[in-house]
Amino acid sequence: MDMNTPTENREMTGAQMVVQALIDNGVADIFGYPGGAVLPIYDEIFQQTAVRHILVRHEQGAGHAAEGYARSTGKTGVMLVTSGPGATNAVTALQDALMDSIPLVCISGQVPTTLIGSDAFQECDTVGITRPCTKHNWLVKDVADLPRILHEAFLVARTGRPGPVVVDIPKDVQFATGTYSPPPPTRTHESYRPRLSPERERIAAAVAMLAGAKRPVIYSGGGVINSGPEATRLLREIVEMTGFPITSTLMGLGAYPASGKSWMGMLGMHGTYEANLAMHGCDVMLCIGARFDDRITGRLDAFSPGSKKIHIDIDPSSINKNVRVDLPIIGDVGHALKDLIDEWKAAQPEPDREALAAWWHEINVWRARNCLAYKPNDDVIMPQYAVQRLYEATKGQETYVSTEVGQHQMWAAQFYGFEAPNRWLTSGGLGTMGYGLPASIGAAIAHPDAISLCIAGDASVLMNMQEMSTAVQHNANVKIFILNNQYMGMVRQWQQLLHGNRLSHSYTEALPDFVKLAEAYGAVGIRCEKPRDLDDAIEEMLAVDSPVLFDCRVANLANCFPMIPSGKAHNEILLPEEATDEAVARAIDEKDRVLV
Amino acid sequence: MSKPVLPPASAYFITPEHETPVARTLAVLCDNEPGVLARVIGMFSGRGYNIESLTVSETEHEKHLSRITIVTRGAPHVIEQLMSQLDRIVPVHSVVDLTATAGATGEARPIERELAIVKVAGTGEKRVEALRLADVFRAKVVDSSIEHFVFEITGRSSKLDKFVGLMAPLGLVEVCRTGVAALARGKEGM
Repeated sequence: MDMNTPTENREMTGAQMVVQALIDNGVADIFGYPGGAVLPIYDEIFQQTAVRHILVRHEQGAGHAAEGYARSTGKTGVMLVTSGPGATNAVTALQDALMDSIPLVCISGQVPTTLIGSDAFQECDTVGITRPCTKHNWLVKDVADLPRILHEAFLVARTGRPGPVVVDIPKDVQFATGTYSPPPPTRTHESYRPRLSPERERIAAAVAMLAGAKRPVIYSGGGVINSGPEATRLLREIVEMTGFPITSTLMGLGAYPASGKSWMGMLGMHGTYEANLAMHGCDVMLCIGARFDDRITGRLDAFSPGSKKIHIDIDPSSINKNVRVDLPIIGDVGHALKDLIDEWKAAQPEPDREALAAWWHEINVWRARNCLAYKPNDDVIMPQYAVQRLYEATKGQETYVSTEVGQHQMWAAQFYGFEAPNRWLTSGGLGTMGYGLPASIGAAIAHPDAISLCIAGDASVLMNMQEMSTAVQHNANVKIFILNNQYMGMVRQWQQLLHGNRLSHSYTEALPDFVKLAEAYGAVGIRCEKPRDLDDAIEEMLAVDSPVLFDCRVANLANCFPMIPSGKAHNEILLPEEATDEAVARAIDEKDRVLV
Repeated sequence: MSKPVLPPASAYFITPEHETPVARTLAVLCDNEPGVLARVIGMFSGRGYNIESLTVSETEHEKHLSRITIVTRGAPHVIEQLMSQLDRIVPVHSVVDLTATAGATGEARPIERELAIVKVAGTGEKRVEALRLADVFRAKVVDSSIEHFVFEITGRSSKLDKFVGLMAPLGLVEVCRTGVAALARGKEGM
């Protein structure tokens, strides 16, 4: 059957419907792993060329690769897994996508409907297990429902606040024949109707608040990137138009360029001094597509105490969840920013230029503290230095940067400058070690001519190391840059800070030889131990036409600063030069230590 | 003796709850599809909300719509969050805080009714007293022998509590309750 011809309603099997629905929903690449309960779908995949299947080595890898693909393209990521262990292995990636609002469709095989509930081989209650870690999920018991559910799955995954969905398809439904209908031209849903356009009056109220601000801050998040390139353009326009300082969450990096003059750097636990102090001292806060996560707010009762807060979010449940805001604006970021800019232009407000200049002066004084400074070293590679060199070697080129989770992730966020959206792939909400390597494969599959970098840690990278095989098989030329300090660095940092320097199980002994490991996979391994060799080694890594594991040996005991210690407010941020052993030991007083 | 060990601290910021919890009766209209109740209950348990009573049944057969009535308790900001979370569930059509709706029109509460079936066994004076009280509470006898009664009683939950309490010393065997069903007063629907 030719899958590319326009589809009328026509007879086909459930398995054929799956492939047809992928095509009709604009899917070009999927990530998966076969097994008994999805064999009919795999048989259909074999017999067509419109959808490319990327074979992974573990279903979690399929999920993160699909996330990396989605995040780097703005499209919906798709994964295909079998029943039982296939589905349970997908759970981490589903929860990761849920917390970071990544559109992800997971199609899973299930045992035949007649066997459901009988503890059949490779059976699990997939919809039960994935219910809390998806935006929605379906068990399809009748082939007649399959086309509608598949199209609905794509609608739910990519609209509103994007997220993961699961369509669980029993094997007999894959074999059964039914009538396929293409996606309806106008997609609507009875009960699921995310609001896109905000209320007019709220926009007018926001303009009035912003116009009267003396110490404003724009705090943007991943919602800007999810809304699409137009939202990014509008964000830049509003910053330009108002002259307000801007900071962003981890997930929002790249929406406003790191080289932009109003950029204060990332905020939050390991954010910059100027961004956190500006958040603490502002009088009007404009939060755009961010969710006041606990890593951002620090101590809640001391979070930005003197400010009026405006919050733009497409998800009403994000409003007033952690922080009470004065003006909620429910709608899509792109729509809201457009309305806000139009309203501003129409109202022609006259902001208090003098107050703004004074505010900027204050921010520049904070900036002058140079909070990201670290002691350079000629003998040992400082991890911050490594990220800086990596940035210098790749800037100006189309580069997608993923990370694992830990200190290296924060250093990447602090020292790698992102100029465009969709270039930064990281696990923010769930903090999934093992995300970075497969995510960078996803980005490399989507952008074969670009550089796909993964800034990794020696511990995290091992969590999905098996995906090196995937990279080699599919010529995904990912450059895995491991900041190898032989510790679970962030765990160790917390143990130093909170647990009396008792380094319980945070040293990774018996690490593999990453160079040999790369070679074992048929990839290239590079090791670098001296700062003077670093630039050449990075050059070599980028020049190689193959996946690379780069073992960058860095200062073992470097820690990640600035840092807002536990139980503290933004203005109690700890700077690197203040972070002597004693200060670190005292950073958290007796009272806060008992905060469970 | 070893040095005293410092108590552990946390990466999380924990703030105590200051607001007083309030009771709320919520009506949820949703598609009657497999798993929808699990979604609602799972959201409550997963996010740490309370369910004091939950009643569910299909109310519009041709549209396959179910109506769930939930009595919950929480601080006002928790109730607000909980309603947003309910509304976010894909098959949920609408969520109404019936207690707030009642409050807006000056009523203390919406119309709330519950049904209980109460089995009481005994003889002699206790049996007579049980029947006499049932009459006072307008409970109906739906089954009886010379050694027991089964009463059916409807009303506010507090009335049912009272009745069951009174039956306890009179030979109460078991009770089954439906949970609260509720509607807003006035001519408007949800």
